[in-house]
Amino acid sequence: MFAITIKPFGLHAILIEWPQHVKEEILDDLLAFEAHLKNNCLDVNLWELVPSYNSITLINRHEHVHYEQISIALKKWYKSKNTQVKTQKYLWRLPVCYDEEFGIDLQEVANKLSKTPGQIIEEHTANTLTVYGIGFLPGFMYLGGLSPTLKVPRRSSPRLNVSKGSVGIAGEQTGIYPQTSPGGWNIIGRCSVDLFNPKEENPCFVKVGDKVQFYPITRDEYKLHKIEAEVGIYKHEKSDWNA
Amino acid sequence: MLKLLKSGFFTTIQDGGRFGFLRQGVPVSGFMDAATAIKLNKLLENEPHTNQLEITMTGPTAVFETPSFICVGGAEMFVTLNNEPIENFKVYRVNAGDIFSYGKLEKGFRSYLAIKGGFKTESVLGSTSFYNPITSKRALKDLDELDYERNDLFEPKDLSYKKNSSLNEHVLDVYQGPEYNQLNENQLESLFHQDFKVAKENNRMAYQLEETIEGHEISMLTSATLPGTVQLTPSGKLIILMKDGQTTGGYPRILQLSDQAISALSQKKSRDILNFKLLSNLSIEV
Repeated sequence: MFAITIKPFGLHAILIEWPQHVKEEILDDLLAFEAHLKNNCLDVNLWELVPSYNSITLINRHEHVHYEQISIALKKWYKSKNTQVKTQKYLWRLPVCYDEEFGIDLQEVANKLSKTPGQIIEEHTANTLTVYGIGFLPGFMYLGGLSPTLKVPRRSSPRLNVSKGSVGIAGEQTGIYPQTSPGGWNIIGRCSVDLFNPKEENPCFVKVGDKVQFYPITRDEYKLHKIEAEVGIYKHEKSDWNA
Repeated sequence: MLKLLKSGFFTTIQDGGRFGFLRQGVPVSGFMDAATAIKLNKLLENEPHTNQLEITMTGPTAVFETPSFICVGGAEMFVTLNNEPIENFKVYRVNAGDIFSYGKLEKGFRSYLAIKGGFKTESVLGSTSFYNPITSKRALKDLDELDYERNDLFEPKDLSYKKNSSLNEHVLDVYQGPEYNQLNENQLESLFHQDFKVAKENNRMAYQLEETIEGHEISMLTSATLPGTVQLTPSGKLIILMKDGQTTGGYPRILQLSDQAISALSQKKSRDILNFKLLSNLSIEV
């Protein structure tokens, strides 16, 4: 149990906040509560829930939210939630081609950090990362747990067009651009897997709370994955995660 | 079929929005000026969220190739049907070969063209609202054709509504946003006693304001944002997220616009003047 705060957020939404820390225990607690709300408390045809780092935003699609009523109910539901219930998490191994064709800033980042490109790749693929949120663009994952040895500032001027699939680092963050968009992160590689596909019933296979680990692939493997994805035979490298 | 001879500056298909994918980062999209669009659907006795053409700044010239009934509303843009001016919020019958054309923008910024039964266009993730790359198209182009059902027999209950007054509305009703309480006296004073002008950076994703207020060093973790969320950047810039706005953000969410205010803002363009008026959270009722 954490001390949660409930805040009004306009007429259609209400916000539940946990203490402001990037912590797995907080993420796990809010995901367990989210599951409880969806399974036992709220009409999921009416409510949309957005979990992120230390908050859940509840958005009512049709009706105005009665703040007093719903905040009392939320506090009661939080107390009554069964902490044993855990949602199944998955570990996704995501292939990244760090070739200079894609990793256009890799050498520069290596120079800045006084490392070789090989060391950057090794450190970028070493840790299992946690998905703390999905937003900003469809399928963009906010990932926590990057090796602190890769801390490097954003580029001084953002690019107007960062290619879809580009893998970037900035500050203590890393992420994949799910579509071509402007961006200021240092691009060190490209992921061969589409993070968002609007043609799928579930367009983004990763969910908040899941784990991600990058692994290096060659240009040939990158091309092969692209062809496999096009004809629909690419298989995600997915395994159950039980921490 | 509606054939667009000229598509206009930025003409899209919009409906009530794309729901259920916020947690995957998909914005709701849909009508910017929902108040107007819903009124038009009501006049045509459509479902409230039936799709329409959303027309921005300059409108299309188009030919109707099938008989039906239409209704336009929102911005005042001097619309004609076979060279005869037509009024906003009034139902008109269209016949095969009728030419429909938009003229000069007089007031407001976005106009809606609603048709009986809506347009039969690509639906992705439960909505026909354009949002590239979720929909293949970002905006309609010259010579695009839009399918709709033939209708000869419709007898509307109401033939017209009076014009919308929201085009003149410069006061935006707002509620406290989640980080409102972190604002200081200075910032509050500026927010509610200053005029703001719409910056040239205004589109379906967000409206930025020209004037800044005192900046801040509030740090917060990324959290959900909504259409109508007013963000305050560290340098004091105000950004009002709109229907295609990002679903999460890391800037303090200081205010939240009412639905009516989102519709009113959708009719504003660069350099239009705005004021914020705070509504009490007590008025948040069912």
